[in-house]
Amino acid sequence: MSVLSLFRRHPDRRSSGRRVLVPFTGGELDPVVLAAAIRVAKAEEATLVPAYLMVIPLEYPLESPLQKQVAAAMPFLEAAELAGLRAGLEVDARVETGRTPTHALQRLWSAERFDRIVAPAPGFTPKELQWILVHAPTETLILRPDPAVEERALEAVA
Amino acid sequence: MARGHYRILVGMAAGVGKTYRMLLEGRQAQEEGRDVVIGYLEPHDRPETAVLADGLQAVPRIHTARGDEMDLDAVIRRAPELALIDELAHTNLNGSPHEKRYEDIEDVLDAGIDVISTVNVQHLESLNDAIFELTGVRVRETFPDRILDEADEVVLVDLSPEELQERLRAGKVYKPERAEVALQNFFRKENLAALRELVLREVAEDVEARRHPDALEPLSQQAVAERILALVEPQPKSQRIMRRAWRSAQRLGAEIDTLWVHPAGYSASEEEATQLAALRRLAGVLGIHFLEADGDDLVETVRRVAADRGSTYIFVGTPDERRRVEILHGSLLSRMVRELPGIDIRVVADRAKRKDAG
Repeated sequence: MSVLSLFRRHPDRRSSGRRVLVPFTGGELDPVVLAAAIRVAKAEEATLVPAYLMVIPLEYPLESPLQKQVAAAMPFLEAAELAGLRAGLEVDARVETGRTPTHALQRLWSAERFDRIVAPAPGFTPKELQWILVHAPTETLILRPDPAVEERALEAVA
Repeated sequence: MARGHYRILVGMAAGVGKTYRMLLEGRQAQEEGRDVVIGYLEPHDRPETAVLADGLQAVPRIHTARGDEMDLDAVIRRAPELALIDELAHTNLNGSPHEKRYEDIEDVLDAGIDVISTVNVQHLESLNDAIFELTGVRVRETFPDRILDEADEVVLVDLSPEELQERLRAGKVYKPERAEVALQNFFRKENLAALRELVLREVAEDVEARRHPDALEPLSQQAVAERILALVEPQPKSQRIMRRAWRSAQRLGAEIDTLWVHPAGYSASEEEATQLAALRRLAGVLGIHFLEADGDDLVETVRRVAADRGSTYIFVGTPDERRRVEILHGSLLSRMVRELPGIDIRVVADRAKRKDAG
């Protein structure tokens, strides 16, 4: 028996083949932004692709296994994946490396197709957000949570 | 100067009695003639703790408009034999000598002062993800696992979930209005039971580690060395299998290989090629060796690769076999167990499908 028959798509989870990319960086993914991205992906019956953008310093090769950074990224990636799966979405998480967050993003979208990008304003600098808007290969939403909503979300988990 | 003795009282949640126990131990030490001070006591407004704190000298805090902090320099200048410092995971206000209180405690220990401190298990860095999965709460104030490893003693302050809820209802932990909200959220019985299990496991692991403090003999190391083999295919869920294998490898100190088995001459579709490229990138980032093997018989191919690589532990996704195939040819997992003797097999489940998952 081939290993290919081991896995079949779960019938509860529907996907139209569309892919919604949610890049994040800096060891944090805003819960308000994640919830919004999940709503967008659900509405489009799309696969949610949370992607942790890992910055590799110049002195290391781009594919270096930097354990400390990976250890910081994993819980956020797992949490994002779990939230998406619980919402009934197909989730296809990624870790992408680059010299800067935008370099990692560029490497990711040059390797894979995405139908929509939902970028959280927290976590990217204004310059990086501008770069995303100019260079993104597809429709892009920049989400900046209402500060009051964000404050309440933070209070809830304090 | 000899470093001070570090004793950490760990509990499953606020209200189990860590601070009370810390003060009690401080008073006992004082009665035995030791010079004891309160370095910092969290102002919880709990009458029982206030009574205990009364008999102990407290080093004055630093008052600011944004709150109070421990006066680290004053504690070190005072040079007691034992300092009681509450809540080691606390984040200090900007402008403090260190960002975190556990870093302050390091300085106090380096000054040769013994310390008793307290912490809740949800602040432990490596459990952050598990706590989020269990409770839905992302804890932001964390402390590194090495703090527990480096402490001289880690002591569990335990209370059953029912007793803790009773303390909450009696207003012994929070004021009544806050207690009611807490009981319906973080302090739900199932949350407390899960947290208690985590803290019990954590302290048990700590005890076990202290029983074997020295490096194992080379032969023993060989006997207990683990090597993980994660079975993947070009599917999104394989990313999860690799991440789960990596997490286990961190705990076991193991090397990881990941294996994709396909029929000889198999040509991946465009979508599969994308997935494979993503898996290879993840393997690179996680330091995993990515292997590919031809084989029409999965179990036989895995057996061969596992023998070559010295694998001791196999990670596999949840099989989704049709019942008819299972009856005719036997279950794949049964075959793996039967034909891979001496190798542990772990089925990586989808946590979102857990019946108690929210």
